Amino acid sequence: MGLIRLAILVTSLGLLPTAVAGDDPVAITIASTTSTENSGLLDAILPRFTARTGFGARVVAVGTGQAIRLARRGDADVLFVHDRASEERFVSDGFGVERYDVMYNDYVVVGPASDPARIRGLSSVEEALRTIAATRSPFVSRGDDSGTHKAELRLWKAAGVNPKPASGSWYRETGQGQGATLNVASGMGAYMFVDRGTWISFKNRGDLELLVEGDPMLFNQYGVVLVNPEKHPHVQAEAGQAFVDWVLSPEGQDAIGAFRVEGQALFVPNARPGKPEPATPGR
Amino acid sequence: MAELGDTSSILPLRLEGVGFRAGDQQLLRDVSTDFEAGAPTVVLGPNGAGKSLLLRIAHGLLDPTRGTVRTVGGASPRDPAARRRQAMVFERPVLLRRSAAANVSYALALAGVGRAERPARVAKALARTGLKTLAERSARVLSAGEKQRLALARAWALEPELLFLDEPTAALDPAATAAIESLIGAIASAGTKIVMTTHDLGQARRVAGEILFVHRGVLVERGPASRFFQRPQSDAARAFIQGELVWD
Amino acid sequence: MQSLADAFRAAFGLVVGLDPDLLAIVGLSLWVSGTSLVLASLIGLPAGAALALTRFPGRRLVIVLVNALMGLPPVVVGLLVYLVLSRAGPLGGLGWLFTPKAMIVAQWLLITPIVMALSRQVVEDLWAEYAEQLASLGASPLRAIPTLLWDGRYSLFTTVLAGFGRAVGEVGAVIVVGGNIAHATRVMTTAIALETSKGDLPLALGLGFVLLGVAVAVNAAAALVREIGARQEGQSWRS
Repeated sequence: MGLIRLAILVTSLGLLPTAVAGDDPVAITIASTTSTENSGLLDAILPRFTARTGFGARVVAVGTGQAIRLARRGDADVLFVHDRASEERFVSDGFGVERYDVMYNDYVVVGPASDPARIRGLSSVEEALRTIAATRSPFVSRGDDSGTHKAELRLWKAAGVNPKPASGSWYRETGQGQGATLNVASGMGAYMFVDRGTWISFKNRGDLELLVEGDPMLFNQYGVVLVNPEKHPHVQAEAGQAFVDWVLSPEGQDAIGAFRVEGQALFVPNARPGKPEPATPGR
Repeated sequence: MAELGDTSSILPLRLEGVGFRAGDQQLLRDVSTDFEAGAPTVVLGPNGAGKSLLLRIAHGLLDPTRGTVRTVGGASPRDPAARRRQAMVFERPVLLRRSAAANVSYALALAGVGRAERPARVAKALARTGLKTLAERSARVLSAGEKQRLALARAWALEPELLFLDEPTAALDPAATAAIESLIGAIASAGTKIVMTTHDLGQARRVAGEILFVHRGVLVERGPASRFFQRPQSDAARAFIQGELVWD
Repeated sequence: MQSLADAFRAAFGLVVGLDPDLLAIVGLSLWVSGTSLVLASLIGLPAGAALALTRFPGRRLVIVLVNALMGLPPVVVGLLVYLVLSRAGPLGGLGWLFTPKAMIVAQWLLITPIVMALSRQVVEDLWAEYAEQLASLGASPLRAIPTLLWDGRYSLFTTVLAGFGRAVGEVGAVIVVGGNIAHATRVMTTAIALETSKGDLPLALGLGFVLLGVAVAVNAAAALVREIGARQEGQSWRS
């Protein structure tokens, strides 16, 4: 029966190494965040990495928390995220070789143009959050254990406000990525805590506007970690190390600094090659 | 069917004390009879008398709830060897969605006929039933009469010793009916024992050598057709022949 | 609706421009869903037919289970496959995670119950008509399976298309096990999810229209094949 023969043929093709899967013989998997992927940074710099080293790179873009869980299970070769405390625990638990500062960007607070809580132009993000809470103005949180979410929670704590009891009333947790949550904020005219890169490249702003920026507390440091090959022997250690070295090298740092969206630089490179202790960036 | 090993005859097929009960309804009661080689046996009776049920039990499609059906060798009609010596054609035959020839070939394959032998037997069966020119036609597009002839061809190709026909012309027009009746005659003269049901008295007169008259699940009369039609023994048979007993 | 017009414009631009990235994404979508469909049919059709023809203790329960599995959320299937194919999982050594193979496995698991449940229904209906005749011809239920699958081919075709529709349109499973990696595991639905998260709603919706167009094209091609086949048999496929 021709049909069955065809089916067997198609099936066996499906089990062959698929041509679409890997363009390069060695391609590392980078577990990173939606902020680096959605802004287009990695699309912009990875071709230069491949041109320099000959290694390919594939990006799985999820929240920082999920990226770390992926890497812990050995499903990525390199971790490139932005929650320093979790990254350091990842290394001290033996899952990562070493953590390096790569670059930073900053968070901003956006909200509806009508600004019911009147936070526009405030220089203190803590004050802005307190005002939002006091006026019970709608605020959308990612609520997904991502780097951005953790940073937001730290700021609430610093502001002396516990938004958890208000969950479901003025404080809404979407449990989704940055972009999906921005769509919600845009749809309901809510305030939101978001990284500048995602905000600048986001297209569905509706009547959301950037209201608070520039507070040093809004600083957002990115780190890179090679997944420990002693923990997960299949890790592409050589290629992964090549990526870490390259992104910290002057060439990689220049590529990050040169990246622009709508004329704006989104990330500031601040690696200090050779120094294991990351520096605090000045602003 | 030399290649099938067991070629011993299944006739006479013997029904002994056969009863069939579905729920609280006694559909057949204590039927005992033999189907012997020879002229066609026609099972007559009003609608709902249990004629079709009797055929299905004799063919081995259903087990009786009482009594037994045995071949002369003592086998059940469900026994694979016995199964291959008999066939059945239904009032509305199920034809497979493939060509007329493939329908016949399929039945031969199931009966264990070798691949090499099938084409010749298919061709012969189609030729004998006047379907030669329709061999490659899809069975599902044939007319009702052609479908029934194909069902007969499929059964005849198996060269059964015993062939059951359940109301084979009930759904056909007079011309198609005549064609089927002449085929039944041909199959019978070629040596196959035919046992059929019909509610058409004229057909029974034309075809039958022997009559079984069933009434309310009971075998009321059995005898040569000529005697049955001239001198029915029971009141029920008399009423039936006069067209007064249509429903049981 | 300004954005709806933008979406149509975006879809039109994508199709007319024959964007190579888009073609690769559409191609991968068809490849992944098509392969998983073939695999699901190889298992689901005979299994569904067997379930229709056999009688065994607990059969009712199995049918209920299979029917329930039709409603399994894709993301649950994705998570199961992720845990199995993860480096730390039992089949991690295959290295399939974040490759199209993992996506095929996930969609295969997702649609096999659909193919199985719907084909069971088709075959059971057919069996009601065929049982006596096939028994008379001496066909055992096991032998009847290929016969019924072949005779039910036109109805089963629709069943299989339903499976394809579910596979090609789902995002939950493939995004978890494929990772939505550009030029490697990005398919139409994950591309739509990505553009939505970037807030580019017209482009996301435009991609959605392209996906719809692909689905329509596949169904139309299938209907054509079916119609031609049926006409050669001189019958409507509905019969």
